[in-house]
Amino acid sequence: MFLSNLIPIVIVAVIAGVLIRAGREPLWAEAYRRLFKDRQVMVAIVIMMLFVSVAVLDSIGWSKSKSETPQTIIDRVFKMEPERTYSAPMATETMGEPHLHKLKHKHIFGTDGVGNDVFYLTLKGCRTALIIGFLTQLISMPLALLFGMLAGYFGKFVDDFVQYVYTVLDSIPSVLLLIAILMAMEMRGQERGLVQICIALGVTSWVGLCRLVRGETLKHRDRDYVRAARALGVSHGRIMFRHILPNLLPILIITATLGVSGNIIAETILTYLQIGVPPGIGSWGNMIDAARMELARQPAVWWNFTAASSAVLILVLCFNIFGDALRDAVDPRLRS
Amino acid sequence: MLWYTIRRTLYSIPILIGVTFVTFVLFFLSSTPQQMARHNLTSKNPTPVQINAWIKQHGYDKPKPIQFLNYTKSLFTFNFGKSDVTGQDISERLRKGVVPSTEIGVLMFTASLITNVFFAVYFAYYRGTYVDSFGRLICVIGMSITQVVYIIGAQYVIGIILKLWPITGYHIGLTSWKFVVLPAIAGIISGFGGSVRLYRTFILEEINQDYVRTARAKGVKESKVLFQHVLKNAAIPFITSIVLGIPFLITGSLLIESFFGIPGIGNITVEAMQGQDFSTIRATTFLFTILYIVGAIMTDVAYTFADPRIRLE
Repeated sequence: MFLSNLIPIVIVAVIAGVLIRAGREPLWAEAYRRLFKDRQVMVAIVIMMLFVSVAVLDSIGWSKSKSETPQTIIDRVFKMEPERTYSAPMATETMGEPHLHKLKHKHIFGTDGVGNDVFYLTLKGCRTALIIGFLTQLISMPLALLFGMLAGYFGKFVDDFVQYVYTVLDSIPSVLLLIAILMAMEMRGQERGLVQICIALGVTSWVGLCRLVRGETLKHRDRDYVRAARALGVSHGRIMFRHILPNLLPILIITATLGVSGNIIAETILTYLQIGVPPGIGSWGNMIDAARMELARQPAVWWNFTAASSAVLILVLCFNIFGDALRDAVDPRLRS
Repeated sequence: MLWYTIRRTLYSIPILIGVTFVTFVLFFLSSTPQQMARHNLTSKNPTPVQINAWIKQHGYDKPKPIQFLNYTKSLFTFNFGKSDVTGQDISERLRKGVVPSTEIGVLMFTASLITNVFFAVYFAYYRGTYVDSFGRLICVIGMSITQVVYIIGAQYVIGIILKLWPITGYHIGLTSWKFVVLPAIAGIISGFGGSVRLYRTFILEEINQDYVRTARAKGVKESKVLFQHVLKNAAIPFITSIVLGIPFLITGSLLIESFFGIPGIGNITVEAMQGQDFSTIRATTFLFTILYIVGAIMTDVAYTFADPRIRLE
């Protein structure tokens, strides 16, 4: 519990650190200026910040007494007493019971089958989405970077080996590999939780990025600046990480941004296949999975499905818009 | 070219061995035989005798390298054995699943390819106008919606509100089209945004080439330029992206088959996943891997058809 609460805060700190550090480079400072000029992108950034801050607030919690489980800030502000059963958004009475009951509170997004406030559940999903989205990237990026750069820089048998490994991993359909990894971890006594899912997703998703990094490193390996460094006697490790790596950063950051939205979508799919986030943890995938049978009711219960899927849509859309804009801003070829 | 295909096929053998090794490590080395026996025996508290009998029966008492060899041999001969959970013959079950899976897979693949290419060309034709920007907006929004929502949405709108086609189930035979249309529509829509956007950039990259200008200068209609001249030249990135899309097709088949109750291989896999049926998962993983590798080989061959300048050595 403590660890998984620390993760969002660490993630936010790392991202902020990277963004501020990158801002000192002229290329990125220029890119930032371009991004901030675009109103559409600004809206996307503000919405993303909103989701992230909900996730962070949902990670800071304390308990009043020893026996009480810790309540996060979001819990304290938005958690409501459960109602008896379904109720429509803004309704005053429950729905689908023989005798309708008055609701204790107002629920702007209605309540679900066991009477929980849907708005509160949607907010709880932010933290899960943030962890799955970013932690997976933080796991897969170093893997991809290390292997991709080693393969591209040293070539020969290192390259052959890395290529063999990623071709093998790539040939296994990612969903099945993911299940295999999760099941193996479960057999080893690792209860399926957010961190385990991120590890499995990270291990299955580094291949594409690795291929990209390898290709880019190959391109840079024989450039003059690398040759000059080698002639001056700079060590291989230093050439790779001090000289070549900064040139790969733009691609890395863009791929990572777009990867986050892929991960958030992957969470909903995995959860639907019952191999994702376990039911106890609030997530949008869980909400969609729980709501899918309820659309067939008369009258249809549409609000929890709509709330969860629009949360996914809005967040992923913002990431996609931001990622695209970032690509346009960073890629010098696109500048007039 | 035949020689190349043969060599390429031979190259895929080490890959397949690697795949069996990875799955072997994940499934066999991560859990002890005792755990597996306990997991798979139906009785609640199996006696040690029962457990040992199970281990012996499944060959888990042999040394690991021999187990690996046996495992590889059984996969390569398509002898998948019996399901851990139901005891059914896996090959038999998979054979039954091939027809529905192929039907829906082929339909989804061809229909979505035609739709996506058509719309990509259409948006490229109207490049720079409001049609194009509207199309791009639709694509970005479409990309941002999860496949699960598309599937549920299609089922709800077409199946429950419009009552056009049955929402789940499958019958072998001529009436099967009724059960396949709805899943196929869901599949087409869910891949629409990403693919159209990608294909559009492929076409726009070609559109400023000299041969396009020449074609326009000699008075060829713009639609003919796009569909005949440009499309043919943009074929290479198209083919690449289609192959890269095969894994997504497989994921899609898992989701769609299980959601619409189509008894294909994807559905079998999902059931096995949920019931922790290791031997079935191993079999389907191997099968899907072969499918992927065959797809990759076919792409390379397709390159030579698309562009005669490419010679495969």
